[in-house]
Amino acid sequence: MRHTISVLVENRFGVLSRVSGLFSGRGYNIESISVGETIDSAISLMTIVTSGDDQIIEQITKQLNKLIDVIKVVDLVDVEHVEREMVLIKAAPKKGDKTEFLKLAEIFRARVIDSGASTFTVEITGDEKKIAAFIELIKPFGIKEFARTGKVGMAREGLKNT
Amino acid sequence: MKISGAKILLECLKKEKVKHIFGYPGGVVLNIFDELYDEKSLELILTRHEQGAIHSADGYARASGKVGVAIVTSGPGATNTVTGIATASMDSIPMVIFSGQVPTMLIGNDAFQEADIVGITRPCTKHNYLVKDVKDLAQTIKEAFHIASTGRPGPVLIDLPRDVSAGMAEFEYPKEVNIRSYNPTYHGNKWMTKKVTQMIAEAERPVIMAGGGVILSEAAKELTQFAKLINAPVTTTLMGLGGFPGSDDLALGMLGMHGTYFANKAVQNADLLIGIGVRFDDRVTGRTADFAPKAKIIQIDIDPTSIRKNVRVDLPVVGDIKHVLKDVIKSIKEQKLKFAKSSPWLTQVNEWKTEHPLSYKKDSDIIQPEFVVEKIYELTKGDAIICTEVGQNQMWSAQFYKYDKPRQWLSSGGLGTMGYGFPAAIGAQFACPDKLVIDIAGDGSIQMNIQELATAVLNKLPVKVAILNNGFLGMVRQWQELFFKERYSHTDLDGGPDFVKVAEAYGAVGLRATKPSEVEAVLKESFKIKDRPVFMDFACDWRAKVFPMVPAGAAIDEMILAEHVSEPKKHKNRK
Repeated sequence: MRHTISVLVENRFGVLSRVSGLFSGRGYNIESISVGETIDSAISLMTIVTSGDDQIIEQITKQLNKLIDVIKVVDLVDVEHVEREMVLIKAAPKKGDKTEFLKLAEIFRARVIDSGASTFTVEITGDEKKIAAFIELIKPFGIKEFARTGKVGMAREGLKNT
Repeated sequence: MKISGAKILLECLKKEKVKHIFGYPGGVVLNIFDELYDEKSLELILTRHEQGAIHSADGYARASGKVGVAIVTSGPGATNTVTGIATASMDSIPMVIFSGQVPTMLIGNDAFQEADIVGITRPCTKHNYLVKDVKDLAQTIKEAFHIASTGRPGPVLIDLPRDVSAGMAEFEYPKEVNIRSYNPTYHGNKWMTKKVTQMIAEAERPVIMAGGGVILSEAAKELTQFAKLINAPVTTTLMGLGGFPGSDDLALGMLGMHGTYFANKAVQNADLLIGIGVRFDDRVTGRTADFAPKAKIIQIDIDPTSIRKNVRVDLPVVGDIKHVLKDVIKSIKEQKLKFAKSSPWLTQVNEWKTEHPLSYKKDSDIIQPEFVVEKIYELTKGDAIICTEVGQNQMWSAQFYKYDKPRQWLSSGGLGTMGYGFPAAIGAQFACPDKLVIDIAGDGSIQMNIQELATAVLNKLPVKVAILNNGFLGMVRQWQELFFKERYSHTDLDGGPDFVKVAEAYGAVGLRATKPSEVEAVLKESFKIKDRPVFMDFACDWRAKVFPMVPAGAAIDEMILAEHVSEPKKHKNRK
């Protein structure tokens, strides 16, 4: 099963490699990882998407906690949470397809942030399902470039799964 | 007043009550070694290889319970320590290693003798640091000693660029450390402790399985008290030897791949297995699906990652063993639980003990290696510090010497490092100058750090090395004999040196026994020598194997015993 794990770490050099090294050294997979400073610039937040059975996920969270630079680990699957990802897509719809392409983008609330002679670059933000659906629909238009941030997530206030 | 980074380092070590440092100099640590030149209260022991320095610091730590300290130079000096650091890491040994580094402005330039040792040792240290500013040095050292010695202990490396050790700063040693992300749990959960008591009360066939955690937590006394209180047999892992008196009636010896018949039987038939400071390593569990199949498993450990990593656990207790055992003992006494001195279970266990005790072939012509270990036990009255290398020598030493006290058994358990024992014995002798320290070695392993003879001779250390010389990489040969149709591919160590002459060339004493009747005399002779190391070359039966043996992938009660195996049929060019 897939898990999104939120990890608060000391904002120091080398911390990312400690975390990623833990995954590679123990044969765990990282599907995506995003890192950024928090409001407190001494602390960074990592959001890691990984998958594995319960025992593997338990080990991952425990091993993360064991790293000296890790302050807090939350497996978001255990709590009600929201998650978002942003994707930039450069597509090259053919002349007659441009209107349809832009319509699709509008339906998904994707924003056109750049256009050139033959391409549009759109930005889409959303949860996994929305983004996957959008990508599926615009594939036929011809995707030239593609970049995604990896997920970020957050627990919702006061809600816990039982 | 400002002082140099090198001076700060030494002052910090003194504050940490360090007496001995094992090390090897080099370009970027010249500042530090220059400070050491006039230092009276710190003794640097110059080894002959950085790997030797690390293993010595490790042996020092294991024998004394203090933090082992080593200093090496950058690049090859640092990379030579990696095996030793990994050894300590796998066995949770507290050490602080200082490696020199090229000046900060050169880092990343592929400078002369530059290696990214922080990157290289990241997976085999508990934590590591690159100090970039001399102002951070004292704080870093304080943290390093704290991290190395608390929680589940482990090695911590500090990388020191040359300009940091040369740089000047005000010195003030921090009084305490406060690392917000590092707070080991020492006290077990109250509810869990109560539950432990309840499970013990309900059990009919309990077995205690004690590991290295008992020794690290200094909980041997509590463990003995606990075992006697509930009257349960105790098996120890390789790392746990000495955590419970090996000569006690309740002792089952070691379990696992080369565990005793009765320990493995007891675990497989127990209805309650109490794991204390163990991590259920694959050498202990055999096929995990069939490990302790009838038992509920309690696991007490300070490291949450050890729990439920390899085997199912019915009741985990995270905490320091000493504290948890004290709580459990208290709880049992409060509830006035009584445990009979004899039970059908203990009778059964004793039957297994008499059914298949540890044994070996008695022989009056050729020296059997087990005989040497047994003689060492007998002559030292079980009171020596025994170091081992890795392989058959290690297993026989674990089986045929009974360890009654913690910190008298020093062996590379997790990593299985050949070449560990001799330098570790040197470290142990520095930690315990009045103790008899013996490295039980093989002719393969001893050649992996044989250069440390110079260190031992120079320091007049009476370390004994008993080489069980079978002319083979015996453990691998044993596997080849049993599972690879006696095809001894590259395990024949023909061409080995004359160990007596090697010892003499270094200024040590070399002794040899070729017949069983000479073994005792050689050992006694070696014990008389107090001012230098002794190599004892025991020409042993190459056919000797370690039994019982649980083949890879089998459950631990599927043991091969000596009587199941016929003599090897072939052997090239030998006897």
